[in-house]
Amino acid sequence: MVLHSIGGFLVHKMRDPVLDNTAWLKTYYYYYCYFLCRFLICGSGDSVKVFSTSTEECVHVLEGHTDQVTGVALNPANHLQVYSCSADGTVRLWDFIDGILIKTFIFGYPILSLYVSEKHAGNFQLLALHLPKVPDQEVEAKDMFAVLCDISPNPGSTAFGQGGEYIASALGLRLNVYFFRKQKTYRFSLKATDKKGAKNAFTCVACHPKDDCIATGHEDGKIRLWRNFNQKKEYTYSTQHWHHNAVSSLCFTPEGMHLLSGGVESVLVQWHCEEVNKKDFLPRLGGAISHIAVSSDGQMYCTSHSDNKINIIHCSFKLSAVIQGLVKGNIWTDLVIDSRTKALVMNGRPGHLQFYSLQQDKQLYSLDIVQQEYIYEEGLDQFEVMKAVFDVRGNWLATVEERGRDSDLEFALKLWGFNESAQSLELNTTITAAHQDRITSMCFSPSTETTMLVTAAKDGQFKVWLLGTDSETQKEQASWSCDFVGSYHGLQPTNCCFSSDGSLLAVSFEEVVTVWSSDTWGLLTTLCQPPGPIRELCFGRLSCSKYLACLHLAVTCFLFDKLLEHVFVFRPSEPRPLFTQKAVCEGKVQRCVFAPRAEPLDSCDERFQWLNRSRLYYLTEKMELLSFSTQTEDERILKSRKQLLVDDSVAVTPFYLLLGKHRRQQEEEDKLNFMTNQVSERTQHPQASVAVKEHVLFFFFLLLKIIVLKIVLFSFIQYGTSLEEEWRDTQSKLLEV
Amino acid sequence: MGEFKVHRVRFFDYMPSAIRALAFQPQREKIAVARTSGSVEIFNCADRFFQEKIIPGREQAATEALAWVGDRLFSAGLNGVISEYDLENQKVKYTIDAFGGPMWTIASNQQGTHLAVGCEDGTVKLFEVCEGKIQFEKNLAKQKGRILSLSWHPSGSRIVAGMMDMIRVFNTETGQSVHRLLVERGIGASRSVECVVWGVVYLSDGTIISGDSSGKVKIWDDLTGTLIKSHQVTKWDVLALSVSQDETSVVAGTSEGTVVQFQFLSVVLGQEDKEWVQTRIFKNHTHDVRAVLELGTAVVSGGMDTQFVVRPLLDKIEERGPECVLRKIQFPHRSLVSCAKKAGLLLFQYPGHLELWRLGESDGHGASGSVLPVKRKPEKLLHLKIKGEEHICCSAVSPCGEWIAYSTVASFRLYRLHCDNNNVSITKVSKLPKVLSSANQICFSSDSSKLFAASTCSSVHVVSLSQTVHKFVCTLKPKSGETLLTTAVHLLAASEDGKWLASANSDREVQIYNLTKMKLHSTVPVYNSGVTAMAIHPTTNNLFMVHADQQVFEYSIEEKKYTDWSRQVQRNGLHYLWLARDTPVTNVTFNPKNPTHIILHDAYMFCIIDQTLPLPDSSSQFYNQLTLRSLPEKDRTKHSHAFKMCKTFKELMFVELMEDQSLVAVERPLVEIAAQLPAPVRQKKFAT
Repeated sequence: MVLHSIGGFLVHKMRDPVLDNTAWLKTYYYYYCYFLCRFLICGSGDSVKVFSTSTEECVHVLEGHTDQVTGVALNPANHLQVYSCSADGTVRLWDFIDGILIKTFIFGYPILSLYVSEKHAGNFQLLALHLPKVPDQEVEAKDMFAVLCDISPNPGSTAFGQGGEYIASALGLRLNVYFFRKQKTYRFSLKATDKKGAKNAFTCVACHPKDDCIATGHEDGKIRLWRNFNQKKEYTYSTQHWHHNAVSSLCFTPEGMHLLSGGVESVLVQWHCEEVNKKDFLPRLGGAISHIAVSSDGQMYCTSHSDNKINIIHCSFKLSAVIQGLVKGNIWTDLVIDSRTKALVMNGRPGHLQFYSLQQDKQLYSLDIVQQEYIYEEGLDQFEVMKAVFDVRGNWLATVEERGRDSDLEFALKLWGFNESAQSLELNTTITAAHQDRITSMCFSPSTETTMLVTAAKDGQFKVWLLGTDSETQKEQASWSCDFVGSYHGLQPTNCCFSSDGSLLAVSFEEVVTVWSSDTWGLLTTLCQPPGPIRELCFGRLSCSKYLACLHLAVTCFLFDKLLEHVFVFRPSEPRPLFTQKAVCEGKVQRCVFAPRAEPLDSCDERFQWLNRSRLYYLTEKMELLSFSTQTEDERILKSRKQLLVDDSVAVTPFYLLLGKHRRQQEEEDKLNFMTNQVSERTQHPQASVAVKEHVLFFFFLLLKIIVLKIVLFSFIQYGTSLEEEWRDTQSKLLEV
Repeated sequence: MGEFKVHRVRFFDYMPSAIRALAFQPQREKIAVARTSGSVEIFNCADRFFQEKIIPGREQAATEALAWVGDRLFSAGLNGVISEYDLENQKVKYTIDAFGGPMWTIASNQQGTHLAVGCEDGTVKLFEVCEGKIQFEKNLAKQKGRILSLSWHPSGSRIVAGMMDMIRVFNTETGQSVHRLLVERGIGASRSVECVVWGVVYLSDGTIISGDSSGKVKIWDDLTGTLIKSHQVTKWDVLALSVSQDETSVVAGTSEGTVVQFQFLSVVLGQEDKEWVQTRIFKNHTHDVRAVLELGTAVVSGGMDTQFVVRPLLDKIEERGPECVLRKIQFPHRSLVSCAKKAGLLLFQYPGHLELWRLGESDGHGASGSVLPVKRKPEKLLHLKIKGEEHICCSAVSPCGEWIAYSTVASFRLYRLHCDNNNVSITKVSKLPKVLSSANQICFSSDSSKLFAASTCSSVHVVSLSQTVHKFVCTLKPKSGETLLTTAVHLLAASEDGKWLASANSDREVQIYNLTKMKLHSTVPVYNSGVTAMAIHPTTNNLFMVHADQQVFEYSIEEKKYTDWSRQVQRNGLHYLWLARDTPVTNVTFNPKNPTHIILHDAYMFCIIDQTLPLPDSSSQFYNQLTLRSLPEKDRTKHSHAFKMCKTFKELMFVELMEDQSLVAVERPLVEIAAQLPAPVRQKKFAT
């Protein structure tokens, strides 16, 4: 009874790269009656989390593994203990009630999954591990024997049979059944395809707990029930077909009355073993079902989804609890901080925006933007939220949803207003043809007098939208309408940005930055910088508000580089980076955002003072949300958790390890100047508004390749100075006006 | 291969009738098939399911069930009579009225001593099987409601009857009802409708398995009379059940067109406790499966969609062979079309009438594969309805197109056709010789001067035809040696020069008669597979035979031995793809212009065998026509072999070469047959 979930519950630490088999984390659901509480245990990143199924709260985080946790299984001898295995080659035994590590077994090889059988003399059975090299018969610390070679790395494709008599494993088109007593393997093969176009490859396996019956899921959505598999020829199977795509997980209930299956359709299907044609459905569970688990008393089912969600379902087929992590998926929107909830807002479920609380590390809610039923099928072109922007006070949200390619592009601009009475965002205006072509950028005006939105699109225009006054539309709600359309020499606008007081609007047209007055909509000035088209555009704030930063990118260098990512933190007034962190993760950093802290740190370390008020979160290609934390912070977290330290390495968090590893590099970087004198200025502002602005407040972040760095820095410095001079000129001109 | 002008004939509206019942004879491995038209067909399982015998049906026969008792075949029908069939002469031997109203079922016990029939009035009647007849013995306790299905316990002491809403178990000794098992009705709207138990099976361990109209297969215990398990197999009806000989597998036919298999498996491996578990589902039918048979190595099913389907159970078959393929038999294994080569007429045989068509004409020339313009459209000259209830069993048109003959079980009729341009008239030939009371097969000599009619006991009557006088010449009889040949002739072939006549019967014997001496000339060595088609070569007078196992033989009549070519074929062996063809060759014809060419066809292809070319060996590409076409002229001879296959046509019923070198191909596309079937039960399909 093991459940797999996709990791990415907010991971605060950096860690070594994980294996390629995309994060097969396991969750384990367990019912313990003496305490009358129920726990769900799941692997998440390199830790094991214990959730309460009734309150959905995380009870414990079992930390110690140094790599992806790949499997969790209950100790059959003691139901208060749980085994976990990890790609770091260790198996650990935990007391999950108290959150204590009891034992560590060390194996040399990365372990991809773990299966436990009650009948096998107390200790758990390890399967032959799927490794490029065939596992040795003898490995230190434990004698183990290779049961089956050449098994699938997918944990769902192997299962113990009734009473631990045999083990069934499927790989490709073959089902292997190994009988422990006879020490004999039976192999059953299917044809790759048949005349009717069935795709017969196995995807998962489950064994009936009471009968000798193996259920296998297949690529084309069929489920086969195998019997008589101790015979070479006279084996037999029956076929059931409901899923239209591959069956990703199968699970029998403990008494064998039902078989649960799930797939990409996100529908949990309950098959009645007695009456084959009868089945129950639980649709719209979330993302594709990646794993199903059943509690040992059969009272609760549990599904984990590809979008980092765990549903806990009562056996009467009613959803009882939802544990939602950071939804994985394609991210098109920028990382945005909602100033009301302090939540991180980004793409969530298809067609939705998720509001993710960084403090509580859980999803607050999901806002349906598209408001259309999502069809779980590959290759369908469905509406997706591409852009999302909040205004400064969090009263308005503008979203853009898109569907289709360049020729048949459909998109809609939606404006959502915050309803005070309902305490939620409500759809105010839908503009279906806001522009002729794709919207590339939009921003709200930070000015308090008018509620104004600027959108820039590929059709060469930028438009200013204003909220109409209530009196015009009488009783009805005020809606948005277009106020001004601007363009510049037919060039395509790429970015737009308001100054912090809302008086100036900067719109970049390829290599040219145009500055417009928001009162008269007159073009004030143009700034031109030839190295390349402008990627990003942002006004400085507060003391740095005189700066306008543009990021030019030598595109050729950027695209083909797959080196590790580096993070640089700059102060606008300084040409050199304030903070540099090399190798923050594997792959590219997709997005990053400064998020305000709930309570400011009072770190005196100069290097990390920029972290005092806000925190930098960044999202990697693998959809892991990472952040920097200071050493003192880590220590505080550690103190708050009760931990029995078995060996020293366990107590040290991976970030600590990583810091140590990079210390030598950092020593050099330490010589860089770190400027922190902005803090004093900021504290003068009221606390709320600081928090609101913080995500764009302080520093410009630049995510660059080291190769490009010099060129860019050079241009930046140049640009900064020239801009400053021009800017002063403009300022004085304005003053004169 | 040569070029032919092809008449692509699609106006033969042949419509097979639905299969109603199946019965298996385990000793001889024969399957009897009853159709709704009342005809009964015998298939030989050992001989690639060759359709050996056809007993023509009759109006209002309404055969509902079949039962074998040893080698004897009985049927019961809604007309209220039990019939026994004379399988040798392919007709009904006698009928006996059961006096219980319409009968739904008939079952024989394993001992072969008794027959039980279930009647509309609620009685199960037992008949004792005697030599040459059956005799009423007793009624079992009369019940309310009709008896729809019956099954004997293998010991013969008990019998189970499926009825409306219930199942009854009777003791055959006392005739009393032992158990009354109530079957619940379907849910929803069908709650008000009685549940019909369409099929029951009584196993030797006392288990009763039933299939009913609520779509359930139920497993009962006869000791306690309780339900053990119920399987919801379909939303509609379970119509038929059959158990294998070793009682480890049961198949159920449903209205959805599926056949569901249940197997008696140990739930925990290695333990004795076994359970009936639903395993495989075979979907080979579009309509109701009215009858199923579990043969152990295959599941045979038939139903409303008229197909006879043999689905092999590969796990029970030891070695790969011709029995490993799925067979769907749609067409009869004998020709329903005869052709007047000289006059360009086609005679189509329907169960109740004959149609005579004149082929169209075209004088156009076109590229290979192109459609030629039709100068004269094909014309239906004649629609000849038969008198009486019996269906036609054979028919023929003479090569000159002047004579039409047909025969039912009861009568033989010969007509003369007068054809002056647009005026077609026929006259019935009266005063036929008395001996011609019925025929199993009819054939005309090539000059239309003689008529050959195959009759009982493998004899062939010869009648000379002329404008005025129709004279009975003689009866050709095979040598009545030690064993008297009794089975009916199903194929006749006359030679072009009028000297020879060959006959083949369902005992696989082929006799050749000398027509000048009017006596038996020789007997072809018996081969262990039935002859499906044969013809005598016009120039060499070699008899060319194709058997059900796809073997071809050429027998020189004059020399009384197989020809060199035939021996070479046997030595070399035929190509495995040829041997794997799953429909028998139903017609052989020759090309007079090209004496080395033999034209033959089965349901999916027609083929020209060129005897001058080398035989294909197993490594050569068998279906090589497309490859050859792509090769340059020089290389073609190197790659070509004797078998030239053509698959351009849809399901073929008949192929013949006319005198004007045009080829007639009578097609009957299966989609057209399917279009004429009633609508199947509605099923929800994905994405509809």
